[in-house]
Amino acid sequence: MATLVDPGTAVRKPPDAGGRALSRRRREALAGYAFVAPDLIGLIVFVGLPMVLALGLSLFSADGFGGYTFAGLDNFKQMADDTQLWESIKVTLTYMVTFVPLGFVISLGLALLVRDHFPGVGLVRTLFFLPHVISLVVVGIAWQFLLVDKQGAVPALLRPFGLGDVSFLGNPALALGSLVAISIWFLMGYQMLILLGGLKDIPKEYEEAARVDGASAWQRFRHVIWPLLRPTSFFVLVNSTVGAVTGLQAFDLVYVLTKGGPAGSTSTVVFYIYQQAFTFNNYGYAAALTTVVVGFLVVATGLMFGATKGGRFE
Amino acid sequence: MTTKLRALTGYVLATITVAPLIWLLVAVLKPADELFQVALPSRITLDNLLYVLTQVPIGRYMLNSAIVSVAVTAIALVLHSMAAYALARLRFPGRQVIFSVIVSTLLVSLPVILVPLFLVVKELGLLDTYAGLILPAIFHAFGIFLLRQYYLSIPRELEEAADLDGCGYFRRWWQVVLPLSRPILASLAVLFFLANWNAFLWPLTATRDPELRMVQVGIATLQGQYGSAWNYILAATVVAAVPTLIAFVIGQRRLVEAIKTSGLK
Repeated sequence: MATLVDPGTAVRKPPDAGGRALSRRRREALAGYAFVAPDLIGLIVFVGLPMVLALGLSLFSADGFGGYTFAGLDNFKQMADDTQLWESIKVTLTYMVTFVPLGFVISLGLALLVRDHFPGVGLVRTLFFLPHVISLVVVGIAWQFLLVDKQGAVPALLRPFGLGDVSFLGNPALALGSLVAISIWFLMGYQMLILLGGLKDIPKEYEEAARVDGASAWQRFRHVIWPLLRPTSFFVLVNSTVGAVTGLQAFDLVYVLTKGGPAGSTSTVVFYIYQQAFTFNNYGYAAALTTVVVGFLVVATGLMFGATKGGRFE
Repeated sequence: MTTKLRALTGYVLATITVAPLIWLLVAVLKPADELFQVALPSRITLDNLLYVLTQVPIGRYMLNSAIVSVAVTAIALVLHSMAAYALARLRFPGRQVIFSVIVSTLLVSLPVILVPLFLVVKELGLLDTYAGLILPAIFHAFGIFLLRQYYLSIPRELEEAADLDGCGYFRRWWQVVLPLSRPILASLAVLFFLANWNAFLWPLTATRDPELRMVQVGIATLQGQYGSAWNYILAATVVAAVPTLIAFVIGQRRLVEAIKTSGLK
């Protein structure tokens, strides 16, 4: 962090310029506020205000025509009996506990695979990353096409194994699994790049020293790479957990791929909140749900902070 | 693992990873009745692409996306650079607090504030306007944060020289800092453009008017309209993906740098 007193100017300041120095400092402060103001105001209006509003709004119930009545904690009480909500929480948690660890392990595996040079390594990295460049809408439509019952490319390729008639998106048991798999495919290249950055920061000498001492590949990973990669792992894990619960892939992909179906098996919480707000006009209830999700995220991030010992997060 | 084995594993996995995208590209060039055949097309046809380009307002959707993405990128870069410069370099009371507040908004993702944000934008009368699409997309702490870290590493001497030449803060930022930040601005430009071109949830929420549909919303709408006319839906998705691929190819190195640094900070 930069010190507040700039040694350069402090030294160069002439002794008789007390008045000028003050006005100079004031000018600098004014410039500072002016430079920060547009972004700060924008963030307050479009991020801060909505957050505060979500809390307030959760105490009201909307009538669907733009009117609101004070409802106290009714919205929160309503949650207890909302079976669809509990279903969507279950979906989100299942999605989270499969997507986050699996995605992490695969991304880390890819990062380790392409860490050192081999001919064409640049291209291989690029190809792993490529799905992430494309929008989730395109990704969703493309996979829907590939998974079309009986006719799609995936069933066709599985036919020789006797699995050609499996319905991936029509079967509640498989739809969520497909969503997880596609999410991993979409995100693994991005996570790989970040982990690759972390791996490159680990001095080669450490591993060499361990190798000389006779450490196996697994031991080198376990005792040298893994501890040093902790800050990066922390970042990736927090990122993908937040993404799994409230990220765009938990909405965009669901919207395009399954619309929450079949039988609510892929209806994530954010998708459910969207429906409550924009299909049923229950803004108050949607806001209350939002408040609960944010609370959950704070707790989950805290737990992960403990589990990974925080990393060096500034 | 030996280098050879690693290389081979890499090639195989990379091929599997991009196979779905290649499949999509090939499917678009197939005659409609061969769409689901696991084979190369008997003949290559541009009919599907020509149909969506002429019969579907995909041009309009792409124009909307281009307007919004370019506007957001340009405005965000200027504002973030100004704020980041002040936060890194200028001394004013409350600077630390402001910076902490800005960074703390990093954990807030769009779906979390979607409902109240919608109501704010509605109250401001910005629903179904370009401003309603553009303004909320500009303000994000990520760019400010990254630029600030970058500015902390620029040597102060350069600015001091400008100071001695009598430049005010605005000119120091505009004529010294901004030109020096070209590489990171380029990285962020690719990142912002892609994020906005690919945006779906906010454009879906903030617009009802078909004239204002951005491209992702447009193709999702087609998906509903054309039902099982897969050849047209796929053609539209491929057309919509072309600008992202161009941006990626041009800015690949920059994009990778931005992502790597984002994980290290």
